[in-house]
Amino acid sequence: MTDVAMKAPAARRLRWPNVPVSVIIAVGWIAAMLVLAAFADQLAPYGFTKFDLRNRLSLPGNPAHWLGTDELGRDVLSRLIVSIRISLLIAFGATAISAIAGTTLGFLAAHFRGLVEQAVLMLADFQASMPFLILALAVLAFLGNSLPLLIGLMGLFGWERYARIARGLAISANAQGYAAAVRQLGATPQRVYLKHILPNIASTLIVSMTLVFPEVILLESGLSFLGLGVQPPMTSLGNMVGYGREYLTRAPWIMLAPAITIVVTTLAVSVIGDWLRDKLDPTLQ
Amino acid sequence: MTAPLVEVLGISRTYRMRSGLFGRAASVHAVDGLSFGIAKGETLGIVGESGSGKSTTGRMALGLESPDQGSVRFDGAPIATLGSSAWRAQRARMQMIFQDPLGALDRRLSVADQIREPLDIHKIGTAAERDDRVHELLQSVDLNDSHGRRYPGALSGGQRQRIVLARALATRPDFLVCDEPVSALDVSIQAQVVNLLIDLQARLGLTMLFISHDLRVVRQISRKVAVMYLGRIVEYGDADDLFARPQHPYTQALVSASPAPGRRSTNRIVLTGDPPNPAARPSGCAFHPRCRHATARCAAEVPQLVALDDQRQVACHLTTGARPKTQDAA
Amino acid sequence: MLRYFAIRLSRALLTIALVVTFAFIVLRLSGDPALMIMGPEAPPEVIAAFRKAWGLDHPIWVQYLDYFKAIGQGELGRSMRDGRPAIQLVLERIPATLALTIPAFLMKVLLGIPAGIYAALHRGSAIDRAVMITAVAGFTVPSFVLALLLVLIFAVQLGWLPSGGQDSWRHAILPIVTLGFGGAAVLARFTRSAMLEILGQPYIRTASAKGVPWRRVITDHALPNAAIPTVTILGFMVGSLIAGAVVVESVFSWPGVGRLLVVAVANRDLAVVQCILLLVAMTMVTSNLIVDFLYGLLDPRLRSKGAEA
Repeated sequence: MTDVAMKAPAARRLRWPNVPVSVIIAVGWIAAMLVLAAFADQLAPYGFTKFDLRNRLSLPGNPAHWLGTDELGRDVLSRLIVSIRISLLIAFGATAISAIAGTTLGFLAAHFRGLVEQAVLMLADFQASMPFLILALAVLAFLGNSLPLLIGLMGLFGWERYARIARGLAISANAQGYAAAVRQLGATPQRVYLKHILPNIASTLIVSMTLVFPEVILLESGLSFLGLGVQPPMTSLGNMVGYGREYLTRAPWIMLAPAITIVVTTLAVSVIGDWLRDKLDPTLQ
Repeated sequence: MTAPLVEVLGISRTYRMRSGLFGRAASVHAVDGLSFGIAKGETLGIVGESGSGKSTTGRMALGLESPDQGSVRFDGAPIATLGSSAWRAQRARMQMIFQDPLGALDRRLSVADQIREPLDIHKIGTAAERDDRVHELLQSVDLNDSHGRRYPGALSGGQRQRIVLARALATRPDFLVCDEPVSALDVSIQAQVVNLLIDLQARLGLTMLFISHDLRVVRQISRKVAVMYLGRIVEYGDADDLFARPQHPYTQALVSASPAPGRRSTNRIVLTGDPPNPAARPSGCAFHPRCRHATARCAAEVPQLVALDDQRQVACHLTTGARPKTQDAA
Repeated sequence: MLRYFAIRLSRALLTIALVVTFAFIVLRLSGDPALMIMGPEAPPEVIAAFRKAWGLDHPIWVQYLDYFKAIGQGELGRSMRDGRPAIQLVLERIPATLALTIPAFLMKVLLGIPAGIYAALHRGSAIDRAVMITAVAGFTVPSFVLALLLVLIFAVQLGWLPSGGQDSWRHAILPIVTLGFGGAAVLARFTRSAMLEILGQPYIRTASAKGVPWRRVITDHALPNAAIPTVTILGFMVGSLIAGAVVVESVFSWPGVGRLLVVAVANRDLAVVQCILLLVAMTMVTSNLIVDFLYGLLDPRLRSKGAEA
């Protein structure tokens, strides 16, 4: 086995035997979550709002309802699957928005320097110095709530980290090296930033995304738990925990199933992120 | 004499640097009132220590940096505004070779893609023609298509510098600035790259500005040489003649310090004093604190670059006034 | 030195100005404030009078400046629910919040920092592993889940402690533990990595190679240096003393600022939300400022860095 590994071409590709078990499990978990989210309609045994009044507060292990039912007889498994879809949609959407917005702002700061750079850094400082939950609650209070707004709002979270990274790396790439070389070939700034700098800093940005992503899940579930995030009849993991809290004494499984999902998912992304950070980017702490 | 392709007229460049706790801004005169011309097909070598402003000069001659004063003309017209689309289009005609070839290449693209990039940027030829051109360019720098499929990390230093050269030549530029192109390479590789440059320059009729601290390399490749000290040209002339009969005390010191076959090392001039610091430029002739022949006048008055004869220009009070004994170094 | 503090102070003021601007922008985005506050059924002449009184008929930048002026004079509006000044409502709740967050803060510091230092000094030991696992759990288990688990175990199953309310000190135990646990875990992880980084520095190895006793290397060299990054995160924790209990207060029905905020958001009681937002900004900025001053005292190098930044 080791012989084969030794003889393998010394490319920088990652080989499976080197991947720790915890990472494989984490990747498997995330993959399962993605499949559940993608095929939620097909996989959910019942409609997530469908009542089964004969089976109210049914215990888990029931052949008709594997994870039991809630007080209205709604299937916890079906609700869980739909919640995973909504929570992941928000988390992925928000992470994508903040990564794109942050990277763009970082590049703009690096390109124009001067006032633009000062403005971006000032906003980044501001964002980093205020607890995001409070800002998010203020926006929700003023603007009301809807799914797109919620995704957009969560998308404001963490952009400053990408902006700082993108700015720093772009400035050093511009100062010496390949970016300056391509620029003097006559390349437009768009080409320099998108075709050259972005692929070169992508690994660092991806690592940052794995750090932001779990925090977005926790934020969204926290807001939804408080009843200020995803609104019924839609459901998310945080919603389910919030709802399950009412039945903590009689039916703790309603709250435990989504709670465990949240914990394991954030843990899985963190494990993958830590591993990627060691693999791709030893410069990050 | 043909009209110069590149004409540099009295360019200056000052950097502001903050230093110390309270950030007192200091001006650093990297380049101070420099003028020269390079005729079509000719190579001008610029020699100087680090901090002499030679790299800044190269960047300004190429239009990568705008001079604070003075102007640069290319092919009879001023260089386009830095960063404008006209400026970008002009890049196809003027190119740069860098000191660190690995830094100048994108590690995530195959070298063939990188050689092709200028053609993509300036939209030269069809896709098939671009592929052919890449093949041709690889050949012209003594590499082949299998090298082209590799990534910069998988090539040697000399090969990388050839890739940079091939990329620079892709758009058939008229003017090439080489900033210390071989100083990061092993000595054994240096000669190969220098010979390749000489070869290509002759074959393609390139006009070059060749910047180096290495007198041997400059002498080998350049027709004319300018010696720079703290942002100014102190001596200018034909390469062979200048190195054979250096007039400026600084050039004399450089020539004597450079190893040459058949010259005994006993008459080596050792420079004393602080190495040149552009942030603290001495008054008068900037070289006077280190000059063996310095007089009171040297500390007070900046010497102008004056033609000694029709070949040589020197900025030294001693050579223009009472001439010191000419040193025959060769 | 003076310049360093002047820069910090102007940054602090800038942050406050940004928060006010943020509130103004969001407030304006939310729709017509006259309609929002007076309600859609209000007669048009009442709306018009309201607009005039609040300067809503002025150009937007005049409104912006007026808004700053009003906030500068402490006019933070009245609660829509009971008509009392928002500031009064918020101030009333602060002691309850501090009653949770200050003990929780002490718990974080007293548990987190020693655990982090111990783990760093005994790297790879069972305790180190336990600290790391707990730290990961502290990050991945959201506070509302932890709170509910604690309620499930200590209130529902064991019946030792009450699950909500504010009648006695026993009611405060679960919320404090919930708050303190997550923070202690974060702090332990942070202290550990700060210590490990310092311990890897050449001067530490030099000091121990010179024969300085290991205990003194730690107390004289490693700890003061590891303290510098740790102070930052402590500053953030102090700054969030007011805001940090939003979720936990809601779970345990604890009548603090956090619960007030959640209720105000649910009812869209804008004056109260705005008031809490500013209060949080003030505490964050003040604690950041204190951290910066401490930095200036702890690490003279940062003064010159700060002057350049």
